[in-house]
Parts: sequence; structure tokens; C-alpha cells
Amino acid sequence: MAETHLSPRIIPDRLEGRRARLLKSWESLLLVVACVIFLGNSLASPYFLDPWNLSDATFNFTEKAMIAFAMALVIISGEIDLSVASIIALASTAMGYAVQLGFDTPALVVVGLSVGLLCGIVNGLLITGLGLPSIVVTIGTMSLFRGLSFIILGDQAFTGYPDSFSWFGQGYVWWVFSFEFTLFVVLAVIYGVVLHRTNFGRAVFAIGNNQTAALFSGIRVGRVKFTLFLLTGLMAGLASICLTSRLGSTRPSIALGWELEVVTMVVLGGVSILGGSGTIPGVVLAALIMGMVTFGFGLLNVPGIVMSIFIGLLLISVIALPILWRRARRRLAH
Amino acid sequence: MGKLLKNRELLLVGAILVLIALIAWRFPPFITPANLARVYNDTSILIILALGQMAVILTRCIDLSMAANLALSGMVAAMLNAAFPGLPIPIIILSAMALGAILGMINGALVWKLDIPPIVVTLGTLTIYRGLIFLLTNGKWINAHQMSDAFKSFPRTDLAGIPVLSWLSVVMVVTIFLVMSRTPLGRAFFAVGGNPHAAVYTGIDVGRTRFFAYCLSGTLAGLSGYLWVSRYAVAYVDIAAGFELDIIAACVIGGITIAGGIGSVPGAVLGALFLGVIKNALPVINISPFAQMAISGMVIIIAVAVNARAERRKGRVILRKAEAV
Repeated sequence: MAETHLSPRIIPDRLEGRRARLLKSWESLLLVVACVIFLGNSLASPYFLDPWNLSDATFNFTEKAMIAFAMALVIISGEIDLSVASIIALASTAMGYAVQLGFDTPALVVVGLSVGLLCGIVNGLLITGLGLPSIVVTIGTMSLFRGLSFIILGDQAFTGYPDSFSWFGQGYVWWVFSFEFTLFVVLAVIYGVVLHRTNFGRAVFAIGNNQTAALFSGIRVGRVKFTLFLLTGLMAGLASICLTSRLGSTRPSIALGWELEVVTMVVLGGVSILGGSGTIPGVVLAALIMGMVTFGFGLLNVPGIVMSIFIGLLLISVIALPILWRRARRRLAH
Repeated sequence: MGKLLKNRELLLVGAILVLIALIAWRFPPFITPANLARVYNDTSILIILALGQMAVILTRCIDLSMAANLALSGMVAAMLNAAFPGLPIPIIILSAMALGAILGMINGALVWKLDIPPIVVTLGTLTIYRGLIFLLTNGKWINAHQMSDAFKSFPRTDLAGIPVLSWLSVVMVVTIFLVMSRTPLGRAFFAVGGNPHAAVYTGIDVGRTRFFAYCLSGTLAGLSGYLWVSRYAVAYVDIAAGFELDIIAACVIGGITIAGGIGSVPGAVLGALFLGVIKNALPVINISPFAQMAISGMVIIIAVAVNARAERRKGRVILRKAEAV
């Protein structure tokens, strides 16, 4: 949106080496921040450094992070999807409805994933098929999807999920490693490989940097973007399964406001909101930071809304500080 | 171009009339003048907010923090009134507007001086402003009995048969219309959104113009804060939560292009009225109020699809084949 940089860009004579670049990267800064928060938390509360407590802490971010991976790709490609939280609500409502019809766990998973996928298709068709701006379309579908769950549920709630369904949100794969955390790690690896090691990932970066140029170099821009919205829908469906299973009930207000937290996570992870740059390791670190801050504050009895102030400040300062730093350095150089 | 714009607003007027006719067919008393005036009064706050959002969107920015700003300014107005019941209402209104303006300035300064994308800035300040209400009140509510009668009755006071709240929105619409069409600042909003680079070469400071757009949206949010709190006679952390999307929806329905530079005051007003008519009509024609959210979602999607089709004819496509993919 703000793209009026009129200052000349200086290209250095010699590019820095791999190690220097890694040291100066956004991810190393995030890593330092994560370590500081981890240390601060363990000093502030004696209950923090307990494997089971830490394992509980992961539930703060795993579901949001699943969506954040797909959202990172969407934002890198220069689009945005604000409807993810509403997709969670609709998928959860559909699963609750399926329970009333007597469906069992495997069928519920299929319902959750396919509703997510369907919502992704709707977004993708409107954005790539009709060429509409994604921010407005997904504000619309955000209302539409959650509105549908409000129509179905009203002020009621669906409960009575089968016992076997609770494993997704409450089960453990091995020792303290929950199913959700394992899924988070596996998805992080998959998305990392897809974004940084495949043609598809290169295409996403190319589209985000210059859509027209990407088109002329033979990238099927529409198809790639459609796939990204489809993926985001699918991830929201997956997150919906985990969240519904963890809570054991569905209300239409489930996951309210998560879209902002997911976007915050992605931007905090160093993904440019203007598109074209970002990494999955950055998003992973941002997820860890947000999860630890929330959990640490929780242990200190800080109310949730104060945490959200902190997250808001973190979001703005984390973007403002490098800009101020660069400006100060430029002033010193002159 | 001008013809097209006029068409879009006529289209919207037509849509609203059809909507009202459909409602009247199911529930005739809806179209009595008294009821229509009530619907307008109920939509007044949304209209005022949509005007501010319009200015921001015109400059290629977005203000997601308006509802949070409204809640914070409204809370401060209510607290002022609860602490000093004798304080005259105009002073309370002015302080709510001033606080709103300051909050808007914070947004504007971050966008202007630090060049942070507007969506990130207002996403951040949205959570901060709402969080501040909690810090200010510790989560306590300010209820009707803590507010003075003058505080609560001011927007309801009858002036020539119409409540002050409606009059205020009319005054704001006229003022903003004059600002948009008759002042250099108003033209600058359009210029910055239409083509920021060209705006720079014509001597317009893009950042400063955006800053002023945020000041405007903040001031109007502050005013709406007082109006909201006094109208519903309660102030707490979550008032108007999620309303920022209704404001943007009103603008989108009103034909204000999210990519900036295109839009009009009548469009914003009509967009807000469209949503207001739907909201007020659902209960009387026996559709569950729970359906309102889904309906406004559909309306947003349809509106943006219609607007996009209108814009596509504008040209500027150099390689038609490539764009068509």
C-alpha cells in the first residue's frame, strides 16, 4: 500500500558473505528475542521450566501457527486472507452438525477438512476467477462464513463429540509431545521445504515481487494463487479440527479475532506485508515467541487483554525498530 | 468517469429503494416516515464513521482501529461524565473528539514518519487502544446510573422533530462533502490515492495527506465514541467490537475502491444506509437477526464484484491478453 520510496537504493560493491547475512537476518533477531523471553519467563516464574507446563504452553500457538504457515505463503504472494477464523467457525459448526447426524470421528475429520477446502475454493474463485482484491473479498467471506454458523447455531452450542475425537486436541504422540505440536513441527518442515526448495515456492516469491514479470516468465499466476487460498482453507479446516477437539464444543464465536493474531504472527515472523519476502523459520520463531509471551504472562496472572496490548506493541515496534535503526545508520554514514 | 460515478450511486439508490419496497411488501409499516427517520437515526453513527474511513481509504490506506478508537474515546467521555457530572456536554464532546484525533494522529504519524504499512499499524493500534480501555477501567463497566441525564439525553433531544444524533450526522456529511469537494486537502486525498507518484510531482506531500486522513477518521471516531456511549447508556471494554469491519463494508458497498482514489461522500452515506436498512429490517420481516452477518457478507462480495466490473471498463490495460489470464 505505502509504496512511495523516493530515496535512492544503494547497492553495495561487495555482497556480504553467507554467515554475515545470517547473523544480520531477521530470524537471528527473533531467535535472540525468543531466548530473552524464555530466560525472562524462567526467572519470573518457577513453574515455567517444567516439561508438562511447556507442553501445555504449545497449545497457545499450534493451531494459529498451522494457519500462519499457509497465510505466510498467501502474504508473500501479495494477497491476504482475513476469513481464516470464520472458516474455523464454519468447519467446526459443520462437524458439530455431523455429530448430531451420528457421524463418527473419521467422518468428522473428512467434514472438517472438506468444509475448509470448500471455503478456500470460494475465496480462490472470487479472487483469481473474478480478479477481485483479496482484502475486500475475505472481509466479505469472513462475515459470510461466520454468519452461516450463526444462522445454523444462533445462541446454541454443539457438544457431544465422540471420545475418540478428543485425541486431536488433547492426545499425546509420545511423552510430552502432543498431537498438535507434532503436527506443527511436521507442517513447519513441509511448508519450509515447499517455500524454500521447490519451483512452487519460487513462483510464490516471484508473484509477490512482480506479478506481471512472473506472468511473463511463464508462471501460472492465477493457478498458484488459487492453490494458496485453497491451502489456507485446508489449514483452517485442520486447525478447526484441533480446536474443536480441544474445546469439545462449538459456538459460532469460536476463534473470534484469530485472523488478526495469525496475520500478526506472520508479520512478526518477518514476512513483508507488501509481499515478496519472508521465511518459514521466521514464522516458526514468531509462533514460539507469541506462545511463550502468552503463557508466561498467564503464569504471572496478567489478564489476556494486557497480553494483546503487548502483542500489538510488539507488532509495531518490531517493524518500526529496523526502520529507525537503518535511518540512524544512514545518518551516521553521511 | 463522472458519469460512471453517478451511475454507481444511482445504482445504489435503486438497490436501497428495491430493498425498502421488498420489506414494505412483507411489512408495510416499515415505510412510514417516522420509521424511516428511526432507521436513519440508528444508522447515523455508522455514517459518521464511514465518512472518516472513506478519507483514509481514498489515500490508499485503511483504518482498522476506528472501532477501538470509538470505544476508548467513548469510555473516556463516560468516565469524565461520571467523575464530573457538572461538566457541560459540549466540553465532553470536544474532549472525546480531541482524544480520537490524538489516537488517529498516532496512526497517521506511524504511517507517515515510519512508512509502516497502514494495515499493520492499525492492526497493532486496534489491540493497543482496546487494551488501554481495560487498563483504564480494570474491566469495570460504566452504567446508565453513573451517567448524568444531560449526557444521556443529548443525542435524543428533539430538534424540529428529528433527534440531535441525526442532525449531527447530517452536519458531518455536509462538512465532509465540502472538505472533499471544495478544499485543497480534499483534492489531495483523491490525488494521493489516484497516483501517489504524480501527487508528489504536483507538490502534494503524500505522507502528510495520509496523516490528515487519519486525523479526520480519528476525530470522527472520537465523536462517535461519545454518541455511542450516550445512546446505549453503557461503556465497557468490548463496545463496538468488530464494528471496524461494518465501517469498511459500508465504504466498499458505497463504491469506495480499496485501491484508493475512487469514492464519494454520497457513496459512503448510501453504503452505510444500505447496511442500516438491512439491520433494521431483519427483525420486522421475521428473519433471525443471526442472519445479518451472513447477509452483509454476501452484500460486500456482490458490491465489490459489481464495482470491479465497472472499473475494468476504465482502460489502462496495456496488454489485454496478459491481464486476462
